[in-house]
Amino acid sequence: MTNWPWRLERRAEPSMAMKFASPLIAAAAMLATGFVLFSALGLSPLAAFRTFFIEPVASTYGFGELLLKSTPLMLCALGLSIGFRANVWNIGAEGQLIVGALAGGSIALFVDGLGGFAIPLMLLAGVAGGMAWAAIAAFLRTRFHTSEILVTLMLVYIAQLLLSYFVHGPWRDPAGFNFPQSQSFDENELLPLLAETVRVNIAFLIALALAGVAWFFVSRTFAGYRMRVAGLAPAAAAYAGYGEKRNIWLALMIGGGMAGLAGVSEVAGPIGLLSPDISPGYGFAAIIVAFVGRLHPIGVVLASLLMSLLYLGGEAAQIDLQLPASVTGLFQGVLLFYLLAADLLITYRIRRAHPGVAAAAIKVDNPVNVQT
Amino acid sequence: MNIDTLILIFASTVAAATPLILAALGVLVNERAGVLNLGVEGMMLVGAVTGFGVGVTSGSLFLGYVAAMSAGAAMALLFGLLTLTLQTNQVATGLALALFGVGLSAFVGQPFVGLPIERVPAVPIPLLSDIPVLGPALFRYDLLVYLSIALYAAVSWFLYRSSAGLRLRAIGEAPGVAHSLGYPVVRIRYLAVMFGGATSGLAGAYLSTALTPMWVEGMSAGRGWIVLALVVFATWRPLRVLLGAYLFGGVTVLQLHAQGLGVDVPSEFLSMLPYLATIVVLVLICRNPKTILLNQPASLGRSFHPDG
Repeated sequence: MTNWPWRLERRAEPSMAMKFASPLIAAAAMLATGFVLFSALGLSPLAAFRTFFIEPVASTYGFGELLLKSTPLMLCALGLSIGFRANVWNIGAEGQLIVGALAGGSIALFVDGLGGFAIPLMLLAGVAGGMAWAAIAAFLRTRFHTSEILVTLMLVYIAQLLLSYFVHGPWRDPAGFNFPQSQSFDENELLPLLAETVRVNIAFLIALALAGVAWFFVSRTFAGYRMRVAGLAPAAAAYAGYGEKRNIWLALMIGGGMAGLAGVSEVAGPIGLLSPDISPGYGFAAIIVAFVGRLHPIGVVLASLLMSLLYLGGEAAQIDLQLPASVTGLFQGVLLFYLLAADLLITYRIRRAHPGVAAAAIKVDNPVNVQT
Repeated sequence: MNIDTLILIFASTVAAATPLILAALGVLVNERAGVLNLGVEGMMLVGAVTGFGVGVTSGSLFLGYVAAMSAGAAMALLFGLLTLTLQTNQVATGLALALFGVGLSAFVGQPFVGLPIERVPAVPIPLLSDIPVLGPALFRYDLLVYLSIALYAAVSWFLYRSSAGLRLRAIGEAPGVAHSLGYPVVRIRYLAVMFGGATSGLAGAYLSTALTPMWVEGMSAGRGWIVLALVVFATWRPLRVLLGAYLFGGVTVLQLHAQGLGVDVPSEFLSMLPYLATIVVLVLICRNPKTILLNQPASLGRSFHPDG
C-alpha cells in the first residue's frame, strides 16, 4: 500500500460534514453509474435519465405514486434503523411484512360487520402479526444465542411459502377463476385515499407520524438511549446494566411491528387483496433505505423517497426502455455499495503520499512522546 | 418402497448436497481466515447466471464453470476491497454484496430466461459403476460431485496438514500476532475470500447446469444463507461440513419424494423443511455458548488494522 500515490489517514475525529455528505455522494455515484450503464446498453443516457428519474414523478398521479411506494419502505426502514442502532440485525423485514399482511388480511376476509372499526383492527392485527414473526427470532436469540441474521432470513422464506399456501389453497377466491389470490377486500376494509386522483392513502401520513415518534423514541427516551449505547459500546451497556435481552426484544419487536404495519397497509391499500406477490422486496430495500438514511428518521424519510423513485423508474424503464424489471434491484445494490465506500470518508481522509514521507506519515496519527 | 427408490433418493440427495459442499468449503476457508462474507447468496446467483450464460453461448460447460468461478472470485474481490482495504463493516458489506448479486444476476440473466441447456453429463466410473446397488448409488455422478469430495479432502489437508493452512488458521485466530510474526495477513485474507467466492460461484453454476438445468431469477432460493448456517452448524470443521451438507441435501429433496413415500402434506410446507431445519440446527449448535466460543475463529468479523 505504501507505493500507491495516495493513502488513507485516520481523522482525529469522525467528520460530521461527511456524515451528511456520504449518502449524497453515494447517490451521485449511483446516478453516474446509471449514466454509464444506459450508455453501455445503447440508450441515449439523457433520455433514459428522464424516463427513469424525472417522468415518473412529473404528474400529480406520479407524485402520489412516489409517496405511495415510499410508505412501506419508510415504515420498514424506521423500524430497522432503530434495531440496527442497537446492533440487532433484523434482515427478515420482508417476512414480517408478509405475516403482517396475512394477519390484517385475515380480518378483512373472515370478520364481517366491523364497519368503521375494520381498518384500525386490521392495522393492529398487522402490527401484531409482524411482531409475532419477529418474536421468534428474538426468542431464539435471547434464549439460544442463535444469530438473528440467519433466523429472520429463514423466516422470510417460510413466510413466503405460508402466503403461497394460503392464496393457492384455503383462502383462494372461489369466484376468482382459479387465480392464486384471495377475495378483494370490501370498501370499509381499504385505507382511505388522500385525494381523488392519486393512489396514496393515509398510510403515508401514518408513516410520517411514526417517523416523528421514532425520532422522539431514539433521541429523547431512556429506552432509546439504552439501545444506542448497546449498539455503540456493548461492554459499557453491560456494565451499566442496560439489559441486553430487553434491547434485543425491543429492537426486533419494533422492527417486526413496523414491517407488519407496512404489509397490512399494502394489502389494504393499492393491492386490495392477498396474492403471492404483495411485496417486490420492500423488506430488503428497506435495509438499504435505513443505511442510506444514516439510521436517522429524517434521513430514512428522504432515503425512502429516493428508493421509491428507483422503483418507479424501474417500472417506467420496463415499459418505455424495454429494460428488465431487475434494473431497480441493480441500482439499489450499487447504491448500498457506494454508501459503504463513501462512509469510509467519515473516518479517514485521502492524502497524497510522497514516497519518503509515507513511512513517517503512519506515525502522525499516534504521536509518541519522547522523554529526553 | 424398493431398493431402486432408495437409490434414487440417495442419488438426488448427493446431487442436492454438492452445491452446498462446494460453497460451504469455500466459506469455511474464508471464515477460518477471520473474514465473515455474508454475500454467498449473491455470489452463488452470479455464478449460476454466468455458468449458464457462458455455457449456453459458448457451448462448453467447462468454460461456463471457469467463468462462474471467475465471476464469484471477482465479486469476492470487490468485497475484499471494501472490507480488507477500506475497512468497512463486514456484516453490512456482506449484506450489500448479497443484495447486489441478486440484482445483478437478475439483470444480466434476463436474455437467458427460458433457454434450454444440456445437463452436465454423468461420468460413470468404469467397473465400479457396474456393481449392483453400490454402483448406481456411488459411482454414476457428474464430475462436479466427485470434485466436491476431492475438494473436501484438499481443504482438510490444506487446513490441518500444511504450513500454509496453519498460517491461515493462525490469522483467523489472532491476526495481530500473525502480523507481528511477519505473515501477510491482508494478502492471505484476500486469497481466502476469493477462494470462497470462486467456490460459491461454482456451486451456483452447478445449480443452473446440473441440478435444474435452466436460469431463473433467484434460483438459489436461500441456499447461500443455508451454507452460512451450515458452516456454523459444522463448527468450522470440514468433515462436519460434508456430513451436514448431505443432511441438508436430504431434507431438500424430501419434498420431491414425499408423494412417493406416501406423505400427504401440502407441498408448500414440505418446501419449508430446509429453512426450518436450518433454524433447528442453529439452535442446537448455538444454545451452549461454549460451543461457539471454542470453535469460532476468534477474529471472525472483526476488521484488522495493521498499524494498530
